Amino acid sequence: MALLNVTSPHAHGPLSTATVMQLVLLATVPGIAALVWIFGAGVLVNLAISAAVSLACEAAILKVRGRPVGFYLKDYSALVTAILLGIALPPYAPWWVVAIGACFAIGVAKQLYGGLGYNPFNPAMAAYVVLLISLPVQMTQWGAPFSNPAMGLGDALASNLFGSVDAVTSATPLDALKQGIGEAGQTFGSLGGFGWEWINLAFLAGGLYLLWRGIFTWHAPISMLIALAVMAFLFPNEAQGRIHSVLFHLFSGATMFGAFFIITDPVSSATTPRGKIVFGALIGVLIYAIRHWGNYPDAVAFAVMLLNLAAPFIDQYTQPRTFGHRGARS
Amino acid sequence: MSDIIFKLTGGVHPPQNKHQSTQRPIAAAGIPNTLVIPMSQHLGPPSKPIVAVGDRVLKGQCIGATDTLKSAFVHASTSGTVVAIEERPHNHASGLPALSVVIESDGRDEWQLMPAIKDWHLADRDTLLQRIHEAGVIGMGGAGFPAASKLSTDKNIHTLVMNGAECEPYITADQMLMTERAEEIILSCELLMHLLGAEKTLFGIEDNKPEAIAAVNAALIERGNDNIKVIVVPTVYPSGGSKQLIQILTGKEVPSPGHSSDLGIIMQNVATAVAAYRAIALGEASISRITTLSGDAIGEPQNIEVLIGTPLSQLLEQCQWQPARADRIVIGGPMMGYTITDTSLPVIKTTNCLLVPTREELPPPPPAQACIRCGLCAEACPVSLLPQQLYWFSRAGEHDKLQDHNLFDCIECGACSYSCPSNIPLVQYYRASKAEIRQAQADTEKAEHAKQRFEARQARLQRLEEEKVAQRAARAAAAKKRAEEAATASAKKDEVDPIQAAIERAKSKRAGGNTAATNESVNQVTKLEKRLTAAKIKLASAETVDSDKVPVLQEAVDKLTQQLAEAKANPVTTSHDAAVDPVQAAIERAKAKRAGNAAPASPADEIAKLEKRLASAIQKRDMARDSMPDKLEAFESAVATLEEKLAAAKAKAGE
Ligand code: SF4
Ligand code: SF4
Repeated sequence: MALLNVTSPHAHGPLSTATVMQLVLLATVPGIAALVWIFGAGVLVNLAISAAVSLACEAAILKVRGRPVGFYLKDYSALVTAILLGIALPPYAPWWVVAIGACFAIGVAKQLYGGLGYNPFNPAMAAYVVLLISLPVQMTQWGAPFSNPAMGLGDALASNLFGSVDAVTSATPLDALKQGIGEAGQTFGSLGGFGWEWINLAFLAGGLYLLWRGIFTWHAPISMLIALAVMAFLFPNEAQGRIHSVLFHLFSGATMFGAFFIITDPVSSATTPRGKIVFGALIGVLIYAIRHWGNYPDAVAFAVMLLNLAAPFIDQYTQPRTFGHRGARS
Repeated sequence: MSDIIFKLTGGVHPPQNKHQSTQRPIAAAGIPNTLVIPMSQHLGPPSKPIVAVGDRVLKGQCIGATDTLKSAFVHASTSGTVVAIEERPHNHASGLPALSVVIESDGRDEWQLMPAIKDWHLADRDTLLQRIHEAGVIGMGGAGFPAASKLSTDKNIHTLVMNGAECEPYITADQMLMTERAEEIILSCELLMHLLGAEKTLFGIEDNKPEAIAAVNAALIERGNDNIKVIVVPTVYPSGGSKQLIQILTGKEVPSPGHSSDLGIIMQNVATAVAAYRAIALGEASISRITTLSGDAIGEPQNIEVLIGTPLSQLLEQCQWQPARADRIVIGGPMMGYTITDTSLPVIKTTNCLLVPTREELPPPPPAQACIRCGLCAEACPVSLLPQQLYWFSRAGEHDKLQDHNLFDCIECGACSYSCPSNIPLVQYYRASKAEIRQAQADTEKAEHAKQRFEARQARLQRLEEEKVAQRAARAAAAKKRAEEAATASAKKDEVDPIQAAIERAKSKRAGGNTAATNESVNQVTKLEKRLTAAKIKLASAETVDSDKVPVLQEAVDKLTQQLAEAKANPVTTSHDAAVDPVQAAIERAKAKRAGNAAPASPADEIAKLEKRLASAIQKRDMARDSMPDKLEAFESAVATLEEKLAAAKAKAGE
């Protein structure tokens, strides 16, 4: 056997990019389960459409770009984007909304910028924002918690595809809070928005698992949650009081999903340890600012995209101090 | 307890794989028939062979010498005959061949020891350093830094750090040494502490070597030395890096740029320390080492004490390697080792491990995927660099940014590549970029140097030009006056034969010139002596700080020495050799002039001719200023004469 002539290191760690992505997918399972439990099977239909369109889109573009399709599909990054987008979209959004979102996420936000590793924006969030701005009606029709679980997968599919079965939709608790309709019906749970608290807890669990596996560091998610909590504490919603305000914001909407699955997307976030703290904290502040003072009910996507833009700049000014050097920068 | 340890920045946890090679005691390798001993096993300039083909040499006899601490002596590892001194393939990452002394052993293994310094604790520092230098002791942990050079620091050293971390997977050479020869290691610590004047030793050993820790502790208790402390450090790669171990043991960071001695700390690897001890206490030169053979394609993984220069193939065979299963041969460990393909290469002083894995054990690197900016590399980096950013800059060839991000602090430990999920060969990029930057720097330095030389020359020329203008004006005024006086007097006088005049002038000049030449040669001797001293001083300082300039400086010193010798031996001719005999030249010139004069020339022609000659004389003189200062005077007087003549001719024409 010819002896290999290669450079060090000869050993390699256990993680591969595909493994990282698979673990992320695995960690979304509790959150998805909670979503299905609370909003019904429409969530799964969303995910399926998003995944199918994303993968097809990725494959087609790779082919056009003359890249090895199999090699890149196997890194699972397109699937992760698809799942994150599917989770973010309202469960009974028409199928074409989901499809447009997936196409945009993969085709424009990811591949047009050069593919994995080169995209300045989180593709799922970019697609979400585009949809929210261009299709505000479809994008704000969330199902009322626990109103649709009886709907089987077939009905859910029908609803998504043809809008034939009327899914019960309602404003989200964040909407409700904004519009002052909090008193009407079951809007608030014991922690956050009614139903949403479970979803958030589930995503928190998945996130903690990833943290434990060393897929990302604590910096960005923890600093985002702390910043959000501090903001809610300092500027509480008058109806709720400080403590409730804090809990409500931590466990409503896309807070945990954003903290552990969106802002930890390595490609588009800050990468230095201190940079991640700044990045996370600013997102937390922005989320609260938009939720509290802005016009959009939830704000994770906007906050993330704004900070995506700032990430290279943050990195530049938060370089760690090199071993043996005095200052942070040489 | 002073067993407070500090956390290493970053680091990774590759599988240890140490147990395979620690099941057997250290074995001895046989004496090979032929040993190839390279002259450059250390960092620094190679040593020069001091034996000739056909010489009989003894074990421990010096065969390669050097006159600088930056290099290391080389010795015969067994007794035998020198059969060749030539370039041979070298056991080095670069793969470049090295001048080697090839010895055919006579099988007698006859020692030639240096006198043992038994009472080393009474010996002074210089004696000990000299011995360590002469015994060819170099860093045996892998770097090959000459030990005497490291130990000869002029800083105040309070702590000796013994490096028994051996953090690279698979390698157990130091571990086995500590387990089996702990007493010797303790004595080595005492010796080095004495040499450095250090108060204490911090002895770092990774916690995956319990036998070694127990052995060293037992030896320590027996010896009863409280100033040596074994500190068990957690297993993490690269804890054995010198700056890293110092960080773990003391919590201090070696400044960058800087050395551990800036903190009052010197670190030595255990094997190096033992080699130094044996050189002093036993008079043994550094001619053997302990090498680990491990990996799944090695039938009997173990540690072997082997003579430097032994072919790797002999070790591989001794350990029953299975060439068919071997996927690669790594010299060193899986994190920093380099591969070789030629098993006839020799074991050298830094060969701490031969790792022969199978394909399943260490699979070939899969194709690199896109960087997903996951930051795992940055988490792993023990130097707190941003490997990912460095990677992007390296790909883009942004040298300034790379240096901004402290690329040169990278210790090439490979922790980043190890942890990168996208299999990006990060270290490879850094190595390439470092090489490029070094090259670019060398180039700009050269250009800068040339520019400075050019500018200095320009400035000098300008200065001379200004002086010249002033002188010329003065001379022209004087000449005019003289010509006016002479015009009346000499108008009626017979013309003096110009040949005769020239001969007279030249003769008197030569007479003067001779004494001048003698003076000059004396001057030159003094000058050369001065330059030689300066060059020697430079060389000496370069030896301690700036190793890569040593060869150049050495050459300069050699050349000056030679010139000086010549100048002394041949006082007059040196300055005369090149110069044409001025008498002869003057005769020729005058003859030519007379021939020209034979046909009466119009004054205008004369003036033109004179002007031409003046111009060329000025040019020559200027050249002489730059290149032949000893002839400047002659040219200067020629210019003056011509100027006078020209003035006279002009005056005449004007009449
Ligand atoms: S570990 Fe590899 S993929 Fe991750 S940031 Fe570093 S270079 Fe990129
Ligand atoms: S090889 Fe260099 S950049 Fe990579 S981990 Fe080691 S020191 Fe850091």
